[in-house]
Amino acid sequence: MSEQHTLSVLVENKPGVLVRIAGLFSRRGFNIESLAVGPTEHEEISRMTIVVNCEEHPLEQVTKQLNKLINVLKIVELEPSQAVQRELMLIKVRADSDARSKVLETVELFRARVVDVALDAVTIEATGSHDKLEALVRVLEPFGIKELVKSGTIAVGRGGRSITDRTLRPLERSA
Amino acid sequence: MTEQSSPVPSKAHAPSPLDIPARTAGAKPAPPRSAAPQSGAGPAAAGPAQAGSAPAGSAQAAPAQPPAASRPQHPAVAPVRVTGAQALVLALEQVGVDVVFGIPGGAVLPAYDPLLDSEQIRHILVRHEQGAGHAATGYAQATGRTGVCMATSGPGATNLVTPLADAYMDSVPVVAITGQVSTNLIGTDGFQEADISGITYPVTKHNFLVTKPEDIARTIGEAFHLASTGRPGPVLVDIAKDAMQATTEFTWPVPFDLPGYHPVTRPHSRQVREAARMIADAKRPVLYVGGGVIKADASAELLELAELTGAPVVTTLMARGAFPDSHELHLGMPGMHGTVAAVGALQRADLIVALGARFDDRVTGRLDSFAPDALIVHADIDPAEISKNRRADVPIVGDCKEVIAELTAAVRTDQQHGRTGDHEAWWAQLRQWRDNYPLGYDEPDDGTLAPQYVIERIGKIAGPDAIYLAGVGQHQMWAAQFVDYEKPRTWINSGGAGTMGFAVPAAMGAKVGMPDSTVWAIDGDGCFQMTNQELATCAIEGIPVKIAIINNGNLGMVRQWQTLFYNQRYSNTNLGDRKNELHGTRLPDFVKLAEAYGCIGLRCETKEDVDGVIEQAMAINDQPVVIDFIVHKDAMVWPMVAAGTSNDDIKFARDMAPDWEAMD
Repeated sequence: MSEQHTLSVLVENKPGVLVRIAGLFSRRGFNIESLAVGPTEHEEISRMTIVVNCEEHPLEQVTKQLNKLINVLKIVELEPSQAVQRELMLIKVRADSDARSKVLETVELFRARVVDVALDAVTIEATGSHDKLEALVRVLEPFGIKELVKSGTIAVGRGGRSITDRTLRPLERSA
Repeated sequence: MTEQSSPVPSKAHAPSPLDIPARTAGAKPAPPRSAAPQSGAGPAAAGPAQAGSAPAGSAQAAPAQPPAASRPQHPAVAPVRVTGAQALVLALEQVGVDVVFGIPGGAVLPAYDPLLDSEQIRHILVRHEQGAGHAATGYAQATGRTGVCMATSGPGATNLVTPLADAYMDSVPVVAITGQVSTNLIGTDGFQEADISGITYPVTKHNFLVTKPEDIARTIGEAFHLASTGRPGPVLVDIAKDAMQATTEFTWPVPFDLPGYHPVTRPHSRQVREAARMIADAKRPVLYVGGGVIKADASAELLELAELTGAPVVTTLMARGAFPDSHELHLGMPGMHGTVAAVGALQRADLIVALGARFDDRVTGRLDSFAPDALIVHADIDPAEISKNRRADVPIVGDCKEVIAELTAAVRTDQQHGRTGDHEAWWAQLRQWRDNYPLGYDEPDDGTLAPQYVIERIGKIAGPDAIYLAGVGQHQMWAAQFVDYEKPRTWINSGGAGTMGFAVPAAMGAKVGMPDSTVWAIDGDGCFQMTNQELATCAIEGIPVKIAIINNGNLGMVRQWQTLFYNQRYSNTNLGDRKNELHGTRLPDFVKLAEAYGCIGLRCETKEDVDGVIEQAMAINDQPVVIDFIVHKDAMVWPMVAAGTSNDDIKFARDMAPDWEAMD
C-alpha cells in the first residue's frame, strides 16, 4: 500500500542541485507529489521538502539514492505526527456581487484571506495542511474556480531541535 | 585504494555550519563521538536503520584524501602565478596522473599547450573520443588507478558519453576533462557548445562545471577523490575556455569542499559477527563474489575466508579472476550464461554471502523465484545496493577488503569455540552438478572453426598472467567461460552497460597501464568495426596489443536469440549480405584492414592452424597483431537462463534442462 512520505533534504546551495535531484527521481521512477526548495538559516545550504508517494521499501531506496548525490548533505523523514506541514494556496474564485458574500463567508470559516478583488472574481490566499486546503477547494468549487496555484509542501519538525543543529554534533552511525 | 591518513596542512577556510574536519584534505580525523550516544536513532534518516546506510554527516568516514593510488608525487607547492590551463596540468601531476587519452579541440586548446611540456604526463592522441574514454576505463580496470581522458566541447564531449555511462555501470574510477565554451557564451548555443554537465548527470558519479580559474586545481583534486574512493565511478570536469586562459594562483594541496561525501569503509562489527554466526549455522552456504572484491583488492582475504569456511564460491562476470578458477571451491560464473553448478548453488542455497555484488538481473533471473530459501548477507560499499533488488538479512556497509578480513576473524573465533558449518551433503550435491554439467561445446558439423575452441586455446597458450579483454556478445561469454582466470584484474569487459566496441580501446588502455603484461582483446567482428580506428593509435604509439576477432559474419548473440525465440527470423544480424555468403566475414577484409592500420594481420580458418597462429602472435611484441578467426556462425552460448525466466529453468543445451534432483 503506497503512502505519502515527507522528506526534508538539506543540499548545498549550488547551481544544478535541483536538476540533479529531480533527475534522480525521474530516472529511478519515484513519484514526486510535491517539491519545495528554498534557502535556510545558513547561506550555503538550501532545504528541499519533497513529498513522495511510495511504499516503505522504495522509500528506503529513494533515501539511499539521494544520499549518494554528492550535493546532498542530509535527509530526514518528517513523520506527520511529529512535524508541522503547510502549503500555501492562491485561488481565484468567480464571485459576482450575488455570490461574493457567500465566498467571503467561506473565507472566514477557513481563516483564509482575500488578497485581490475584481468585479467578478476574488483571489483568496490560504495556508494550511494539505487536507485543509483540499477541503477549501471543494467548498469553493461550486462557485467556479478560475485559477488555482499551490506551492509545494514545506515542513519542520516539532520541538526545539533543528535538523541542521544535529549535524553540528558528531553523529552516532546507525546500525 | 585504501585511504591512509597522512596529515597534510590544510588551508584554513571559513567553516560552514556542516563543516566537520572530515571534509578537508588531510585534516585531522573527526572528533570522538559524543559521550551520550543517541540510542540508535541518530539523525532520523528515512528508512530502517538496519539498512546500515550511513546518513550524510556521519563522522565515521575517513577524512577526505587524495587517493592513495595517486599520492602527490611532489612536496607541497608554494603559491605560484599561472594560467588556469597550467593549473590544470599542475593539478593532474599532483594527483599522480601519468597518462591521458584524448583529442584536442577549440575549447580545450588552452589545456593542451602546457600539456606538451609536462614531463610526468604522457598524452596519447586517439582517433575517437569514445576510444579515449574506453582506454581510460581499460587502464583503470587493469591497474586499479584512476583513468583519465580529455576531449573538447560539444561533439568531443558528447562522444565521451558512452564510455562514461559504461564506466558508471561498472563503477570504474575515471576522470574525464572536457573543454567548454567561454563563460560569456554558455547558454547561447555557441559553436561546439553542449551542456555536457546536464547530459552526463545520470551517467557520472558526479560532475563539475568550472568557470573560475581559481577553482580548477581544487576541482581536479575533488574529482580524483570522488572517482577513486567509496564506490568508484566516472567524474566529469567541464572547464570553460576563459577560465583556462585567465591567470590564477596555484598552490597544493588544496582543501576539498565536499561536505556531502562520506564513504563508509569500516564495517559495523555487530553486523560482521551476525554474518559469521549465520555462516556457521548454514548448511548450504554460497559466497557470491562480485566486482567489488576486485575493486577492493580483496582476493587474498577472499581466499582465506573461502578456505576457512569451506563454502563454495561463484564469481560474477565482473569478478572473474577474483578467485582462482582452478581452486576446488570454485563453482564458476553464475547468471544468464553461468555454469549449472553455480546457478544451482545460488538457487538452492540457504545462505548467500554477497561480497561486492549487486544482485544484477543477469545473475538473479526472475527475482520472485531467485534463491527462495536463502538468507542473505550483503556486504557492499554502496548502501544503496543493499536491499535494492533482494532484501538483505544482514546488511554490511563497508569496503570488501575490510569486511572480508573481519568476517574471517569472526568466523575463526566461532570455529575456535566449536561452531563450524557442516556442508558435506551440500558439497556432494554441488560436485554432482559440477561433474554432470560441465561447461562444454559442440564441434560444428560443417567443418568450420568452433569459436569456443579458439578462445580456449588463446587462454591456454597466453596463460593466467595475461590480461584478457572482450567486446560484448557471444565471444564475451565464451571468453568469460573458457579462459581460466587465476588472478584479479586479468579479465576486463563491459558488464553492466554491455558496450560493443569496448575491447580494442580498452585493450589499448590496459596495455599502457600494464606494459609488461601480454594483453589479448577477444572481440567480435560486429564490435570490432565500431572502434577499430584505435589500432592506428596503437601502431603509432607503440602499444602492442593482440586482437583476436571471433569472426562469424554476424551479430552473434542477437542471432542466437533469433534462433531460439524468433523462429530463426534473422532480422538485421547478418553483417554481410545473403547473396554473397563471404561478405559477412570478408567485408571488410580484417587482415588488410589491420595492415592498413600498421598492425600485423593474420587469418585462421581451420582447427589445425589455431595453435600456430596464436603462437605467432605471442612472438610479436613490437607491433599490434590482429588475428581474423573465421568461425562457425551458428555456435551457441550455453548454458542459458532466458531473460525474464527463473534460474530454475536454466538450459545447458537446446531444450535440455538439468535434472536437479538426480543423485547417483
